[in-house]
Amino acid sequence: MTIRSALALVLSLAIGTAGAARADDTVPETVRIATEGAYAPYNFTKPDGTLDGYEIELGREICARAKLKCEFVAQDWDGVVPGLNAKKFDAIMSGMTITDARLKVVDFTKPYSGDSSGFAVDRNGPLAKLPLGGQKFSLMDEAEAAKALDAIKPLLKGKTVGVQVSTIHAAFMDKYLKGTVEVREYKTTEQHDLDLAAGRIDAIFANDAPLRATAEKPEFADTVMLAGPRFRGGILGRGVAMGLRKGEAKLKAKLDEGIDAVIADGTLKKLSLKWFKADMTPQG
Amino acid sequence: MIDVAFLDATVRTLLGGVPLTLSLTAGSVALGGVLAALAAWGRLSGIVPLDWIARLYIFVFRGTPLLVQIFLIYYGLGQFRPVLQAWGLWTFFREPYWCALLALALNTGAYTAEIFRGAVLSVPYGALVAGRACGMPRLLLFRRITLPLATRQALPAYGNEVISVVKATSLASTITLMEITGLAQKLIAQSFRALEVFVCAGAFYLALTFVIIGLLRLAEAWLSPDLRPRPAARPA
Repeated sequence: MTIRSALALVLSLAIGTAGAARADDTVPETVRIATEGAYAPYNFTKPDGTLDGYEIELGREICARAKLKCEFVAQDWDGVVPGLNAKKFDAIMSGMTITDARLKVVDFTKPYSGDSSGFAVDRNGPLAKLPLGGQKFSLMDEAEAAKALDAIKPLLKGKTVGVQVSTIHAAFMDKYLKGTVEVREYKTTEQHDLDLAAGRIDAIFANDAPLRATAEKPEFADTVMLAGPRFRGGILGRGVAMGLRKGEAKLKAKLDEGIDAVIADGTLKKLSLKWFKADMTPQG
Repeated sequence: MIDVAFLDATVRTLLGGVPLTLSLTAGSVALGGVLAALAAWGRLSGIVPLDWIARLYIFVFRGTPLLVQIFLIYYGLGQFRPVLQAWGLWTFFREPYWCALLALALNTGAYTAEIFRGAVLSVPYGALVAGRACGMPRLLLFRRITLPLATRQALPAYGNEVISVVKATSLASTITLMEITGLAQKLIAQSFRALEVFVCAGAFYLALTFVIIGLLRLAEAWLSPDLRPRPAARPA
């Protein structure tokens, strides 16, 4: 074996995207679902170490309806896609939004949630006066979105904003606010919450449901508040869905069936009201 | 198969992290060296309180993981912002760079202190007695006998420590600093190509270590005149 072919083998084994490694289209006996366990209320780790949250409960319901045996495993967010393609688990359920960039490396089921995104800021700082509070803008409507961005840019100029690495929120900052704000990337959202409360950064940008959950926690209640407009669509994706390896159509069909069932019988709505206090059923 | 354009872009991006890695290494080795000298002096001073303070410092910082130390200084102290502000220290602890530098310096200082202490103790007793017999006062004895012999003795172990600091700077990426590893993780997050990016990042650390090994070898040669080849005897 030449050095080049040995290297090619190693590469294809490790990444699993090369022609040599084919996705085998069978449904595994036990479907292992990876979740971060640090993105309340989507998923979080309880003090005793077990996983809980909207996605854990919903995932069990989806699996029951799809007649699949499922188990959840915890996996850090920044390794979640490489881990899926290295077959460490079979699906991702971790507040992951469908985006074009991700569709190049993974497949998605139908969305099981829709969530907007926006800023949370220091309640006592200058950004608390961010205009257009709570108003929703779709990034698909470019003129409207540009207007909203222009309205908040003057206040944001020169401020530091925290986002989680490898998220739609990091991509949003890159595309729309590069040069206006300084961006810091964190491994987990819990870390940027702490830095916002400590005053190291001026704002964080994340999904609204986890931001609301943070702002309601007693230790953050007197510092953290949501401010400014909320965005959705476009680079912020098309709803939260389960991530799967490319080409595993049978597993995708079963899980889609399960998602349809939990939407149809109202289970999804019930669970989203329980965890988010809002109906997050995806529209359309 | 091997995507040359991607590798090229990766190398260029990671190159941008080299200055930060170097500045963290240089800063923490320098500050850690001062701390180590003080702690080694405390250990060897024979003054009981100083000895115990140095022992405690070395015990704590050698006995806990560097990652825990970085998190304690960055996120831990971040929760005492009002106190730190009152003391005027918040401008320092607000910045991830200074927190990482402090943690790295405290950590390497503890290890280096023991390297320094061992080196000083390894100076042959006979050499010290000879110096004293020549009437050298204590400071001169230290400068002429203890320091050169101890430095030479410490160099191989100290080199190890400097190399491990280069690699330890990668932990600064956990508190948002975009040094080589931080940039590598960001690239992987965008491209999902862990293997190529981490191989490149590893190559960068290898290159840095290679340079440091060369510098240490030069220092060792300079400090060991007895090992140099004899100058050719001049014809009488």
